[in-house]
Amino acid sequence: MRATVVVRPKSGILDPQGQAVESSLRHLGFAVNKARVGRVVDLELDAADVGEARGQLERMCEQLLANPLIESYEIELRADG
Amino acid sequence: MTDTPRPRVAVVVFPGSNDHRDAQLALERLGADTARVWHEEPLLPAETAAVVLPGGFSYGDYLRCGAIARFAPIMRAVEQFAAEGGLVVGICNGFQILTEASMLPGALRANASLAFVCRDVTVRVERSDTPFTARCELEQPLTIPVKHGEGCWYAEPEQVAELEANGQLVLRYAQGENPNGAVDDVAGVMNAAGNVFGLMPHPEHAVDPLLGSTDGSLILGSLVDSAQLSTALLA
Repeated sequence: MRATVVVRPKSGILDPQGQAVESSLRHLGFAVNKARVGRVVDLELDAADVGEARGQLERMCEQLLANPLIESYEIELRADG
Repeated sequence: MTDTPRPRVAVVVFPGSNDHRDAQLALERLGADTARVWHEEPLLPAETAAVVLPGGFSYGDYLRCGAIARFAPIMRAVEQFAAEGGLVVGICNGFQILTEASMLPGALRANASLAFVCRDVTVRVERSDTPFTARCELEQPLTIPVKHGEGCWYAEPEQVAELEANGQLVLRYAQGENPNGAVDDVAGVMNAAGNVFGLMPHPEHAVDPLLGSTDGSLILGSLVDSAQLSTALLA
């Protein structure tokens, strides 16, 4: 099973990286009002079904992939074998 | 006191640590007997009276600073040691590891400037009655260098207020000195029990007049005194 985890700085938390990207894009002439920079983790994992995979991924995010104090995460699952 | 054994301070080395030698040198000069402990070790050396997690870039700072190091085998022993009241100090990357391990409150994020900062800063001692600051005066300004890219301490406002009320905010950057955008100018934090402490400035780099300041020895000297005391109590 394949999964993609997107980790973002929590909303309301200052994101200096996003601000730098936003200002660079504006300098390039793009009408960008906001940019936030996060992280993408692509995973291949063994799991019996989608439910089990999701459970594993939730634990991965809580234990390692995200720091829940400052980051939120989203899990996308593809059962394409 | 002269025949009291020197307290043993374990300095943990992770792949990518780079301040362990300075930490050992400083602690030895201040009267400790140091032992370097590799991260794969399952146990701390016998008679360990304090543990120092030094600065550096453990595991290449992959994912988030300190996020991988917290799962090193030695960290289980360090957590156990702290749970039993043992003294633990994390400096810079060591501080990051302790927050990732939830042994200290808050998180350390990229500096607000996004730039790596490397310079002397002035910090103010907010508590002089801890095992880590007993040699300092209350509100004493200390000149100690910082060198980090991810030293912006963050906690939610309610948590900051709670930590303040509990007296856990031990060191603050002096006015106008905050090098990283840390919330409430926090430079060093202690756990609720008062035996685990983390700070972004590097006291081990400020123990010799040749390097511009000896204020770091007030922090590390306090730790050695406290380790000495706990060794004497155990003896």
